[in-house]
Amino acid sequence: MLRQVEGSQAVAEAVALCRPQVICAYPITPQTHIVEGLGEMVKDGRLAGCEFINVESEFAALSVAIGSSAAGVRSYTATASQGILYMAEAVYNASGLGLPIVMTIGNRAIGAPINIWNDHSDSMALRDAGWIQLYAETNQEAADLHIQAFRLAEELSCPVMVCVDGFILTHAYERVDIPSQDEVDAYLPPFEPVQVLDVSDPVSMGAMVGPEAFFEVRYLQHHKQERALDRIPELAAEFAARFGRESGGLLRTYRCEDAETIVVALGSVNGTIKEAVDEMRARGQRVGSVALVSFRPFPLAAMRAALGGARRVVVLEKCLAVGIGGIVSDGVRKSLSGIALAGHTVIAGLGGRAITKASLVSLLERAARDELQLLNFLDLRQDVIERELGRERASRRSGPTAENILRDLGATAAGASPS
Amino acid sequence: MFQVRIHGRGGQGVVTAAEMLSVAAFDEGRYAQAFPSFGSERMGAPVVAFCRMDTREIRLREPVMRPDALIIQDATLLHQVDLFAGLPSDGYILINSTRSLGELGLEDLLARHSMERVCTVAASELAMRHLGRPLPNAALLGGFAAITGQLSIGSVAGAIHAKFSGKVSEANVAAARAAFESVLESLARSKAHA
Amino acid sequence: MSVQEVKFYQTGTFTVGNRLLAENERAVQANMRRTNSLNSGHRACQGCGEALGARYAIDAAMHATGDRVVAVNATGCLEVFSTPYPETSWQIPWIHSLFGNAAAVASGVAAAMRAKGRKDVRVIAQGGDGGTTDIGFGCLSGMFERNDDVLYICYDNEAYMNTGVQRSSATPPAARTATTMAVGDEPGNRFGTGKNVPLIAMAHRIPYVATASVANLRDLEDKVRRAIAIEGARYIHIHVPCPLGWGSAPSDTIKVARMAVESGLFPVFEAEDGVVTSRYKLRRPVPVEEYLKLQRRFAHLFGKNPDTATLARIQAMADQNIGFFEL
Repeated sequence: MLRQVEGSQAVAEAVALCRPQVICAYPITPQTHIVEGLGEMVKDGRLAGCEFINVESEFAALSVAIGSSAAGVRSYTATASQGILYMAEAVYNASGLGLPIVMTIGNRAIGAPINIWNDHSDSMALRDAGWIQLYAETNQEAADLHIQAFRLAEELSCPVMVCVDGFILTHAYERVDIPSQDEVDAYLPPFEPVQVLDVSDPVSMGAMVGPEAFFEVRYLQHHKQERALDRIPELAAEFAARFGRESGGLLRTYRCEDAETIVVALGSVNGTIKEAVDEMRARGQRVGSVALVSFRPFPLAAMRAALGGARRVVVLEKCLAVGIGGIVSDGVRKSLSGIALAGHTVIAGLGGRAITKASLVSLLERAARDELQLLNFLDLRQDVIERELGRERASRRSGPTAENILRDLGATAAGASPS
Repeated sequence: MFQVRIHGRGGQGVVTAAEMLSVAAFDEGRYAQAFPSFGSERMGAPVVAFCRMDTREIRLREPVMRPDALIIQDATLLHQVDLFAGLPSDGYILINSTRSLGELGLEDLLARHSMERVCTVAASELAMRHLGRPLPNAALLGGFAAITGQLSIGSVAGAIHAKFSGKVSEANVAAARAAFESVLESLARSKAHA
Repeated sequence: MSVQEVKFYQTGTFTVGNRLLAENERAVQANMRRTNSLNSGHRACQGCGEALGARYAIDAAMHATGDRVVAVNATGCLEVFSTPYPETSWQIPWIHSLFGNAAAVASGVAAAMRAKGRKDVRVIAQGGDGGTTDIGFGCLSGMFERNDDVLYICYDNEAYMNTGVQRSSATPPAARTATTMAVGDEPGNRFGTGKNVPLIAMAHRIPYVATASVANLRDLEDKVRRAIAIEGARYIHIHVPCPLGWGSAPSDTIKVARMAVESGLFPVFEAEDGVVTSRYKLRRPVPVEEYLKLQRRFAHLFGKNPDTATLARIQAMADQNIGFFEL
C-alpha cells in the first residue's frame, strides 16, 4: 500500500513483515526511529511472536542477535557510526560463524570529531568483515532491500548489512509502497538454519581453528560472496516479478549507453546525481551515472561492463581512506583492470556536508574539460584549511583543530575578522 | 516542483509542519519529500525543515536552496538568521506575527518583492485560542494553503488529522482553517489597497 | 539450605558418603549414567579446578533438566581446552561467544527459546573471572538488569590464566601474577582493588545468586539444581583453583579449595532478590596461612622473613567476611 511515511518507519514496517523473532537494539542517532517503531509494534502486538530486547550497548545488541540466530530464529538489529565500531568484534564473529543476521546501518560519520550527520565511514569501516553490504538509494529501496536481505542472508548463511543514509533517508518523509504480509511471506519462507543449537542434536559452534583449517574456512566466506554475485540479481528479479518494481540488484545505470563521463556513487546522492546528469545532457554533454547497490560483494564484472565504454569515470565517495584517498574507487579501478580510461576520485559530503546539484554540475563541467585531479575534494573550504595551517605554523600550542575551526567559522559568520 | 522552507525554533513543531505538508501533497496525488536540517538540537535553537512537492518522482536530495515559499514560524529569527537566502522576488512569504511588515522592519528588505505574495498571520494567537497552546505549526499550514494555493485546506486538515488525534487534532484543524480565512482576507485587503 | 548437614569423613574424600546414601541422594557425579557433558579428552592441565567445576555444574544441570541445556562459553581456559581443533569434548549444544559477551549471547539464545516456545530448554552462560568480572561485566550487568532467563556460571581462578596468568579484578590482594609481580614496595596484587561480583549480582536483586567451591561437590550440584529451575537471571560463582597459576600441587586442588572456604577467604552462601538466605558456617575457621602457604603465588609472604603485616591484612579480610556473611 502506498503511504507517505518517514524512511525509518518504512524500514521498521518492512522488517516487521519479515517476521523476525528476535530484535535487539541499542539506540544511536540516526537509527533510533527504526527500533522505536519496531519496539512499539512488538509491544502492541502488531508484530507477534517476536522478542524485543533493549540492550546495554551495541556490542550486546549484536551479541544477542548472534545467540538467537545460532539458536535458530530470525534475528535483526540496527546501528550506526560509533555503534558499529563498538560491536566490531561481534561483526566479524557473526560472519565468521555464518549467521544470517540482517542489520540496518543508518549511515553516519565516525568521530572524532563527533558528528551525527551522514556519510559512509561507518559501514566502510567494516567493509571487509565478511558481511554483504547493500546501499539504498531511496526509502522505497531501503524497505525493499531488507526483505531481499533476509532471503539472501538465510540462503547463503551470511549476514547482510542494509545501509541507509542517516537523516537524508532515515528522517525523510516520502512515498513508499509497503507490501502486504502475504506478498512478503510468498517471497520469504520461514528460516531454516544450516546450523543450530538444538538439545536433540548437540553441536559445538565457534571452536578454535588452527592453521590446518582456518584458511579454508575464511576462503569459503569469500566463496559465499562470489555466489552472492549471482543470487543478488536473481533475487532482485524475483522481487520485481512479485512486487512489481525494480529494487536492489548489483548496480543500476542511468543514461550510460553513450556516456563519455560516468559518475559512480552509493546511496541517496544518486538522486541528486541523476538531476545533474540530466542538466549536463541538456547542455549537450554525454554524461551518465551508476548507482552501486551491492558494495560487498563488489560486482567487478558488472561494473566493468557499465563503465568500459566511457572516456572518464568519476567516483563520488562519502568516505575517505585517510592517507590514500578513495575506497569505492579501489573497487572501481580493479574492475577496469586493463582498460585505459581517466579515473577520478571525488570525496564529498563527509560529516553531512550537503552535496548540491549545482556543485555536481560544476564538477562535471570541470571533468569534461579534463580539469579534475586524481583525488578531489568537493566543496572543501580551502580558506579555512589555510587559516588552520597558519595557526599551526605560528605556534606549537595551536589548540584543538576542530574547536579552532568552529571558532573561526563562528567569527566569520558574526562578521568579525578571523584570527 | 514547488519547494518550501520552514524556519522556526526547536519545540515549535517545525519538522512536523514539513511532514504534514508532505502528507497533504501526497493525499492530493503528488510526490512529496519532507526532511529536517539538523543542528545542535535544543529547545529554542533555530531549526529549518524542508518540503518539496512535485507531480513526478523527486530525486533531488539537497537542502532547499531556492525556496518557492518560506514559512517563518518565529519572527524573532528575522534579524538573527538569513531566512530569505535563495528566495526569488516572486517567492511566497508567510510570517507568524501580529505585527505589520513595517513593524517587523521588513519593508526595505522586501522593497523589490512581489508584495501580494507576502503575508503575516497571527498563527500563535489562533493556536492559543483554539488549542490553548502557542504552537503555530498547524495553523501556518492553513495560511500556506491560502497564500500559495498549492494545497486545499481540506488536504491540510486531512494531514493534521493523520498526525494528531482527538481534541488536539480538532483544535489544530480549527486553527488551520481560521488561519486560512485570515490570510485570504489579508490578501483581499492588500489587493484592494493596491 | 542446600548444604548437607551430616558429613562422612574418610581420609579427605567424600566417596564413602555416596555408598552410604540412598541412590537419589547421591551426587550426580556418582551416577554412572551421568551425561559427562564435558567429556574426557579435553586438554586441561593436571589438577585443573575449572574442568572439575564445569563438569560438576553442567552434569547437574543436565540431570535436573532431562538433558535440555544449551551452553554459551566465553573465551578462556574452559573454551580453549574443551575444544582443541578439530575436537570438542562437549556433549551438549555449545557455542563459543566472544570474550566479553557470553551473557549477551546467552540472552539471545534464551530469547530464541522463548520465541520457539521452548522454555523447557535452559540456557547457561559460562566464563572465567576475566570474561565475567572485567571484559564481560557490561554484558553481565545488562543481562542481570533485564532479568534475562539465563544462569551465568563464573569459574573463578582469580586471573587470566589462559593467556599466561595476568591479573584480573578477581585476583586477591598480594597474589603474584605476571602483571603484579612479587617485587617492589607492595609485592603482588595491590590491596584496595578488585570487585566482588556476587555482591554486585545481589545488588541487581536478581532471583538467585550463589557462591560454591569444587571442594564441596554436593553443595555445588544442589545449587545448580536449584538455580536451573528458577526463571530469570541467576548467577553462580565457583571458586576453582588453578595449579599452574596459583603454584599449587595438582593433587592439592580440592584441598586448596577447601582451605579457601574454611579460612573465610571464599565465603560460600546463597542469596535471593538481593538478600543472603543461607551460608556455609565455619565450625573452626582455619588461619589464612594454611591456605596461602599451599600456593607459590603467595610464596613471597613466607620464608625467612615472613611478611606478617600483609598476612595480618589478609587475615583481617577473612575475618571481615566471617562477620559480614555470618559464617
